[in-house]
Amino acid sequence: MTLISFINAAVLAGTPLLLATLGEILTEKSGQLNLGVEGMMYMGAVSGLAAAWYTEKLIAPGWPAAFMALIISFIVGSLGALIYAFLTITLRANQNVTGLTLTIFGTGFAKFFGEVLSHKAGGYVTCADPTKAAFAKLDLPYLSSLPIVGKLFFNYNLLVYFAFIVAIVMAVVFYRTRAGLKLRAVGEDPAAADAAGIRVIRSKYLATIIGGGLCGIGGMYMSMVNQKGIWVPECVSGYGWLAVALVIFATWSPLRAIYCAIIFGGLTILSLYLRIPGLDLQLYGMLPFVVTIFVLIFTSIRQAKEHRMPKSCGVNYFREER
Amino acid sequence: MGKNLEQQKLLEQQQSDLGAQPDLRAQDQVNFRRSKPPLIHIVKRDPPSQLKAILVYLAAIFASLLLGALLVWALGHNPFSVYRQIITGSLASATALKETVKMAIPLLICGIAVAIAFKMKFWNIGAEGQILIGGFASMIIPIYLPQLPLLIKLVLMALLAFFFAGLFGLIPAFFKVRWGTNETLFTLMLNYIALQWVRFLQYRKSWQDPGTRFPKIRPLSDAEVLPKLFGVHIGWLFALILVVLAWFYLKRSKHGFEIAIIGDSIQTARYVGMNVPGVILRTIFISAGIAGLVGFFQVAGADSALTDGTAGGVGFTAITVAWLAKLNPFVMVLVSLGLAILQKGSISIQSTMGIPASAANLLSGLILFAVLGSEFFLHYKLHSQKRGPQRFKLGGRSELKAEGEHQPYRKESK
Repeated sequence: MTLISFINAAVLAGTPLLLATLGEILTEKSGQLNLGVEGMMYMGAVSGLAAAWYTEKLIAPGWPAAFMALIISFIVGSLGALIYAFLTITLRANQNVTGLTLTIFGTGFAKFFGEVLSHKAGGYVTCADPTKAAFAKLDLPYLSSLPIVGKLFFNYNLLVYFAFIVAIVMAVVFYRTRAGLKLRAVGEDPAAADAAGIRVIRSKYLATIIGGGLCGIGGMYMSMVNQKGIWVPECVSGYGWLAVALVIFATWSPLRAIYCAIIFGGLTILSLYLRIPGLDLQLYGMLPFVVTIFVLIFTSIRQAKEHRMPKSCGVNYFREER
Repeated sequence: MGKNLEQQKLLEQQQSDLGAQPDLRAQDQVNFRRSKPPLIHIVKRDPPSQLKAILVYLAAIFASLLLGALLVWALGHNPFSVYRQIITGSLASATALKETVKMAIPLLICGIAVAIAFKMKFWNIGAEGQILIGGFASMIIPIYLPQLPLLIKLVLMALLAFFFAGLFGLIPAFFKVRWGTNETLFTLMLNYIALQWVRFLQYRKSWQDPGTRFPKIRPLSDAEVLPKLFGVHIGWLFALILVVLAWFYLKRSKHGFEIAIIGDSIQTARYVGMNVPGVILRTIFISAGIAGLVGFFQVAGADSALTDGTAGGVGFTAITVAWLAKLNPFVMVLVSLGLAILQKGSISIQSTMGIPASAANLLSGLILFAVLGSEFFLHYKLHSQKRGPQRFKLGGRSELKAEGEHQPYRKESK
């Protein structure tokens, strides 16, 4: 029984990671290495919460607020990615530095507007119960009450299913459609793709922006689900970077990202379920990061050809210089 | 001779093949017509003069400040009074000025630390963690050997901070040179590990502050901290000396030359027989060690205690410092002061006008965005071409009549 509830908690904790990882996989498939995931998640976190809060005031709490949170966090996340895309794709700025700047900017953006929002709300922001309920776990008739299967599969909030569907759709698009083939071609060799008539710039923009939007939704999950609709300035705290690392762990495959995210979700909450005597809570907090490092080392030692980063990733494409 | 003949034949055949398919050529012609030449053309330009570069950067900074002003205005404040408050709140009084300088010191030292790594294109984002490890290492002396005389104590603290943080930085560098492990993520993960380590120490009996039951590391007494010079701990003098040293190191020493070569092209460095792994390890040890010294100055100078907020984002802001200064240590003095003014000023607008102090982070992000974007205009120029006869004037050659022929590239038209 504890195992099932542990898996439940791992899936719940892994979902924001999954969303952000999928966003970054999409971005990197187009050859853009966006290190601003943390920043975009922060932007999504604050804007999703703000959208929910304002919708509650203006329209109604509950589903409308939740829906607006989803939409706005996607839009704001993709706006963050748009800044990055414009600077790196059109203005050819260094991708590493621009991504880092996006993280700095996004973190500042969230803390700034989070405080402005708290100020407006008179102290601190918190969402109404119906909105929280919209992000709480589903209670499906019959299905949720099935003995083990119900607990394992039908016991989550809607965003969890949303993330899984995005992962599957992304895998289908990448490996079963022409658009996916073109996108991968752009990421591997933009010059060749350009010569073949693929719109390189447009693909890069699209992938980066949609990817940023997914990161934004991942951030919204942190503020609306993990923090239960209360603004906490440190709500993302490293999850964005974990997602960037998870892309490597998942070897750029959306389907592998699912279980990688669940494993890492499990690591972040392990201390609640499994206490090793003598291991302090603070050292437990290192666990996901230590494991990430081991994953990084391991994948770099064992470099399988089909599991590599898209070849042009991190390198700007100058059509005039090919 | 025979080979030539064969080639001739082949060529003729190709030509006749082309001639045999007039339809295809006509089709192609149509395609040429349809594909429009790009309206704007991007051309590389010669390296700009220094004056021009400075002007472009200043324009970019001005533009981002203008954007910030718009934001402030949209929130219902007067942008002029906000900016005035930022300046007066950080510079106008002696206490404020001291605070500003105190904030600039870690930014400057840490900016130099990351610049040394960045010059080599080694993305050391782990300065935050290296600062904490430096702080931790320097606390070892006062915790375990509290009775040492002050001078020896401080020197030992600084040495340990440099050494421990350097070793901490060597971990990702080692895996980078051995297996090409991604150093950006590696150094970043180490930040969180260092942070948890400091939090862990807060609960250790031997490290805990005996005066309180809160998880808190014992602070330094007044007799254990760095001396002050003009009201600010002596770190500022060290920072200025480091600026000169770093400039010589990067621009005038053999080591600096090696760093620059590896940064430009690792293949070249290998080709000329440099010990590339050795240089990378040495450079990262120095870079991380200097970041560790920031920890020492924060612990023994600014805060007189080690907390989980000792680094407080300095490691990240240092990236902004280094990049805005184009990795030039002298320019970093100005940039770190500028960012410190922004940070200190933002704290004062929070207390006087109720604008969150995180405006500083937002604004410095905007500034860096603008500067990154402006570099494009230094390296490229836009050629706008009007379609039609004007192009022939530009080309000036009569044989370029067939449309599309002189275009640098052609999009596939659909």
